[in-house]
Amino acid sequence: MAPPDPILGVSEAFRADTHEMKLNLGVGAYRTEDLQPYVLNVVKKAENLMLERGENKEYLPIEGLAAFNKVTAELLLGAQNDVIQQQRVATVQGLSGTGSLRLAAALIERYFSGSKVLISSPTWGNHKNIFNDARVPWSEYRYYDPRTVGLDFHGMISDIKAAPEGSFVLLHGCAHNPTGIDPTPEQWESIADVIQEKNHIPFFDVAYQGFASGSLDTDASSVRLFAARGMEFLVAQSYSKNLGLYAERIGAINVVCSSSDIAKRVKSQLKRLARPMYSNPPIHGARIVANVVGNPELFNDWKEEMELMAGRIKSVRKKLYDSLSAKDNSGKDWSFVLKQIGMFSFTGLNDAQSENMTNKWHVYMTKDGRISLAGLSSAKCEYLADAIIDSYYNIS
Amino acid sequence: MHGGGNTSPSFSSFSSSSSSAADRRLNALVRHLEGSSLNGSRSIAASPTSGSHGAPNSVFDHLVRAPEDPILGVTVAYNKDPSPVKLNLGVGAYRTEEGKPLVLNVVRRAEQMLVNDSSRVKEYLPIVGLSDFNKLSAKLILGADSPAIQENRVSTVQCLSGTGSLRVGAEFLARHYHQHTIYIPQPTWGNHPKVFGLAGLSVKTYRYYDPATRGLNFQGLLEDLGSAPSGAIVLLHACAHNPTGVDPTIHQWEQIRQLIRSKALLPFFDSAYQGFASGNLDADAESVRMFAKDGGECLVAQSYAKNMGLYGERVGALSIVCRSADVASRVESQLKLVIRPMYSNPPIHGASIVATILKDRSMYQEWTIELKAMAERIISMRQQLFDALRSRGTPGDWSHIIKQIGMFTFTGLNSKQVAFMTKEYHIYMTSDGRISMAGLSSRTVPHLADAIHAAVTRVA
Repeated sequence: MAPPDPILGVSEAFRADTHEMKLNLGVGAYRTEDLQPYVLNVVKKAENLMLERGENKEYLPIEGLAAFNKVTAELLLGAQNDVIQQQRVATVQGLSGTGSLRLAAALIERYFSGSKVLISSPTWGNHKNIFNDARVPWSEYRYYDPRTVGLDFHGMISDIKAAPEGSFVLLHGCAHNPTGIDPTPEQWESIADVIQEKNHIPFFDVAYQGFASGSLDTDASSVRLFAARGMEFLVAQSYSKNLGLYAERIGAINVVCSSSDIAKRVKSQLKRLARPMYSNPPIHGARIVANVVGNPELFNDWKEEMELMAGRIKSVRKKLYDSLSAKDNSGKDWSFVLKQIGMFSFTGLNDAQSENMTNKWHVYMTKDGRISLAGLSSAKCEYLADAIIDSYYNIS
Repeated sequence: MHGGGNTSPSFSSFSSSSSSAADRRLNALVRHLEGSSLNGSRSIAASPTSGSHGAPNSVFDHLVRAPEDPILGVTVAYNKDPSPVKLNLGVGAYRTEEGKPLVLNVVRRAEQMLVNDSSRVKEYLPIVGLSDFNKLSAKLILGADSPAIQENRVSTVQCLSGTGSLRVGAEFLARHYHQHTIYIPQPTWGNHPKVFGLAGLSVKTYRYYDPATRGLNFQGLLEDLGSAPSGAIVLLHACAHNPTGVDPTIHQWEQIRQLIRSKALLPFFDSAYQGFASGNLDADAESVRMFAKDGGECLVAQSYAKNMGLYGERVGALSIVCRSADVASRVESQLKLVIRPMYSNPPIHGASIVATILKDRSMYQEWTIELKAMAERIISMRQQLFDALRSRGTPGDWSHIIKQIGMFTFTGLNSKQVAFMTKEYHIYMTSDGRISMAGLSSRTVPHLADAIHAAVTRVA
């Protein structure tokens, strides 16, 4: 009997719990202040428009909806970016972030046989599964420094440098999952330097564009930095969080190449991998994104809603930080809660401490100490602070 | 465009002055590929934007342009043709008498209900998909009174239409089943060998279609399955075999079942046309139910692409009928491990539409009526084409057109005749002679009949 998924299994356990103070900080799904799931207004508008138009349900091409592929690449790189103008990006609609990563992994397995993917330590739990199932070898580069609860920058650079030339380096575009710790712009430059030096191939996972800072362009700056250097790289995108389209499974794999001819060839090979996996991708989510991003009014509405969502998360971070600082007299520095970016916070709690959070306090989180701030309301910040302090100090 | 100023596309002689690694790789690739027909093969020659000619080297340079998918490529070619009489008989997507795609009324209604329901959210589905959808899908294919379902021996997971269900099932078998060979019928849907191959299974064939009779080579089928190693996996088309339209009779199915069980072969059904073949959902599921109720194990990949017209929504399900409820539960936990690293969890929209329809008695009824109408239109196209060929005195026996079942007819035309029909009559179809009856209308039958008549009388 296979064990439950370490991340998705948390929600299952939460659902089974009947305690009134229970808190689900497991999955990274946005919740309102009332801790309700949220369907963006702009998504409802788009769906109503689609229904009015009465569009058909014919198969999409293997590479997905053309209108979606166009807007998603532009959103990522900027419509005026050279890469777009020169048609140097191969974009294929994929099944959200996971599906897009898997297509890329399949491409690596077939065309870069023996090449490794370097992944951060820690990283999203499913990354390893994806590369394992795709039969792509991987190894880790240092990332999280538990002493500073920050980035182990020197460790990261050393490990990337030490890897065999031509490795793929998996980078989180923004809002690193699970730590919430992102490199600074200067650090990104150094990371790009060492990658170029070793002829590595950058591979971005962009699941939070717009969600991290509230600005779509700011959150894409790491990717655009690499594009500006004329580098070739891959980017897996997801619209699960930033458009709240979790269950519609909408994302894309983008491969930025040195010429448009090569981009065409890469796209054709991605199609060859998608066809025996699921033939062609689902239309509904793609149409929603194409409608929202392609319509200036809806696009503006979206940007406003996204700022609200990112803003709520920033404000619970502040409230949690204030509660922790007020309740903890030991002088421990809890400011990492404020510095970390995006939906998640790496609390620094270990296995046993995380279990105490669940068993004693009915706070559901993943064993690596990750909490999803998207699942926290300002009303529950004090309760959470109590739970964290108790677990941190009384359990070893 | 060529670096060496050659007048003929002699790839091996280009860039003789340059011996960069990129050029050597290109030369090697081109030597491998000469003779095969590739789209845009000229792009493989050194273009000004590649490697040694000025632009930076690409790490992707060794990737060649893949050809269009043979089935989907037919539509690509059709779209390019400006002729007003062109006919697309390629992909198996239903068309109305007016030649238009169809969204079923009951589907529109269900979708309206879903979009207007303000309590609905877009949270991740569980890895196994929408629970209602899974239960209803299992009942649809296995029968509401199926003992296997009542005994909790069936594990059902929502997947991406037929293809996704086949792929997840195949990956699961490659990981957990002791025999890694799958036998597929000759011929079969073009994507089958690729799905199974990439999942890690080794693919063999069993005889199926008899070109002499344009029917089933039953003896050959029994011999080939009879000599398969014990435990091997066998792919079976539940009804409306694609591409031939030739199905075993119920009596033949029973013999196949006995043979399969006697050799402990593992049946894997592909059910993409339930309700579409005969117009009756139960009749079209008889082959699967025969196996499911004999106490043995089997897999079934279901698709709602055609019978609910949900093509682009990618709705399907994989059911595994197991010996016991405990096994079924363990199987489900392992299926989740296949799915999570592939796409995490399935898309909600199409499955919600299906569940809405299947669980509401009047919507279900409405669906069966619309489904029957589609099946009957296709059956009537078969009759009309048959009559049209007979009235033209086209040489040959064309009764297979009305005997074959489902969306497709395996005409028996060879690839030269097909090419002729495309060139002279703008008929688009796959080169194996398969035509999608769903793409025909009373208005266009005469044109197709003329084309077939000309092909048969003028091309060998």
